Amino acid sequence: MNAPSGSLTAPKGTGTKPGHRHAPNWAESTRTSHRRKIRGGGRANLTAYGFLCAALVCFALFSWYPIVRGVLLSFQQVNFVTDPVWVGWQNFQTLFADPLFLTAWRNTLLFTGLALVIGFAIPFAVAIVLNELRHAKAYFRMVVYLPVMLPPVVVAILWKWFYDPGPGLFNSLLRSVGLPPLSWLNSTDTSMLSLVLVATWASMGSATLIYLAALSTIPGELYEAAELDGANLWQRLRHVTIPQIRFVLLIMMLMQVIATMQVFTEPYVMTGGGPEDSTVTVLLLLYRYAFTYNDFGTASALSLLLFLLLGVFSAIYLRLTRTRDDL
Amino acid sequence: MADRPVRTLLSPWTLRSAKGRAGYWLVFALVFVLFTVAFVIPLLWMLLGAMKSAPELARTPPTLLPDRLDLGAYENAWNFMDLAKYFRNTVIIAVGAWLVQLAVQVPAAYALSKLRPVLGKGVLALMLVTLMLPASALLVPTYLAITDVPVVNVNLINSPAAIWLPAAANAFNIYLLKRFFDQIPTDLLDAARIDGAGSMTVLVRIVLPLSRPILAVVSIFSIVAAWKDFIWPLLVLQNPEVQTLSVALQRFEQDTPVNLMLAGLVLASVPMVAAFLVFQRQILAGLSAGGLKG
Repeated sequence: MNAPSGSLTAPKGTGTKPGHRHAPNWAESTRTSHRRKIRGGGRANLTAYGFLCAALVCFALFSWYPIVRGVLLSFQQVNFVTDPVWVGWQNFQTLFADPLFLTAWRNTLLFTGLALVIGFAIPFAVAIVLNELRHAKAYFRMVVYLPVMLPPVVVAILWKWFYDPGPGLFNSLLRSVGLPPLSWLNSTDTSMLSLVLVATWASMGSATLIYLAALSTIPGELYEAAELDGANLWQRLRHVTIPQIRFVLLIMMLMQVIATMQVFTEPYVMTGGGPEDSTVTVLLLLYRYAFTYNDFGTASALSLLLFLLLGVFSAIYLRLTRTRDDL
Repeated sequence: MADRPVRTLLSPWTLRSAKGRAGYWLVFALVFVLFTVAFVIPLLWMLLGAMKSAPELARTPPTLLPDRLDLGAYENAWNFMDLAKYFRNTVIIAVGAWLVQLAVQVPAAYALSKLRPVLGKGVLALMLVTLMLPASALLVPTYLAITDVPVVNVNLINSPAAIWLPAAANAFNIYLLKRFFDQIPTDLLDAARIDGAGSMTVLVRIVLPLSRPILAVVSIFSIVAAWKDFIWPLLVLQNPEVQTLSVALQRFEQDTPVNLMLAGLVLASVPMVAAFLVFQRQILAGLSAGGLKG
């Protein structure tokens, strides 16, 4: 799966001088160099760590240390006046005793599930269709990606108004064609679905364009050969298109699970978790524990649980996308 | 994307028959209308909705064009929400995050790719491990690290550094940069060294000029990400005086007239949409890299 990286390392026509495009071609012959023999050890190492030190400090303070601290905090009670107290599994017990805990997980899984059904299928179908169109391609690509560029808060506030049960745009439209208005975010039945619709609208552009790029790498001969063998349109889609881009599909599915399990902005801005806690997600609950109840220990315990679950998906993702020579 | 017609799912023969052509144009028209309705109309409606009064906005059936085209609402929104302040804050956050990230990540990637110190691989592995963690799992401990930075014991809440420094600890950018640097032939660097160039000179004179495509991608993405970010600025920028547009708009949302709010939303989006139109190519190139770091 080196094709996508090719599109990054040598983006075609980015306005650089022609010579730069050749950079990737030189790579193979020079990667195993004899550089180490040319330069000395100690001094060279010192220079190298000089270049690295700013990154090391940033990672140590704001990445590595928080990782360790997060695990410790899960088993501590902190109040910032006295030293943290070890409380064992008490934070987890607090969580399990909170009825919102199960609700939050159920809501989050519902969001992820709906996002997989809607948000995963739609961009793929759209990309398949767009790939067949020979006109206005640039327009389609630009337009589908526009919402991705909008700040998520802008999207959430705009759609909150679209969804407004009274004067909102959607219900105005429904009423003007004689249909009964819907309650959108105001009903426990439709609130989560409404959030998934916004999230899909806002993010489907990137998935669509990634699928389009993947589709363009499928050799045309495969379709011709399938056709000679008598495969119809559906069979070509099933036996040529999907197998050829199944790696991309798998990666995108993993990325989507990881991203949607952390949904926050839409419920925070649009519903605040309501109605009747139907849109309280894990991250919203985490936010409440940390910044409403100031219970950082329990919030960390929840983070740890989220991490353990998502860590599995992340590990698969990294394993799939990492090539052997990276490290 | 190749410019010449490539063979896709549909057979070229299908498109040549009259029936096939009719079907093609039918689908094309359908997609064109759907895309315009789904993606262009809502944004256009937001743009024009700002010029409508509240009763006009609530009209059934809804209108697209306002009764009178008047940019005054944008000026009102600008003044009502004091958007100049939040624009300034957001620009400081975004540009600062970009510069800090480049200053931290480029030398680090260069060291890991070309200087290869002892334990370099271990350092890279430790950085890449952080990619496995969902960002939200680190919200609480990172927030606490910001309120009381270890060793120096500084409270960075309400300071732009609360955004800049954690942004610099971005393993993915370092990884992208390192991968690109790896492909620059070492012979080229060795030649410069023989001519007496130091590591810094090699980085500035040889590596950076060759790396413009990847620097463009990393730059655009770090600025866009900082502009769009919500949850982290919400946590660490608590003082309204230093908040970014996203945080401020969310705060104003409760008690701002709808049309002024819409104007605010449009104004907050304009720089991102403009950036997209200008840097479309780099953004789309970075998209396939960001999505699939294959």
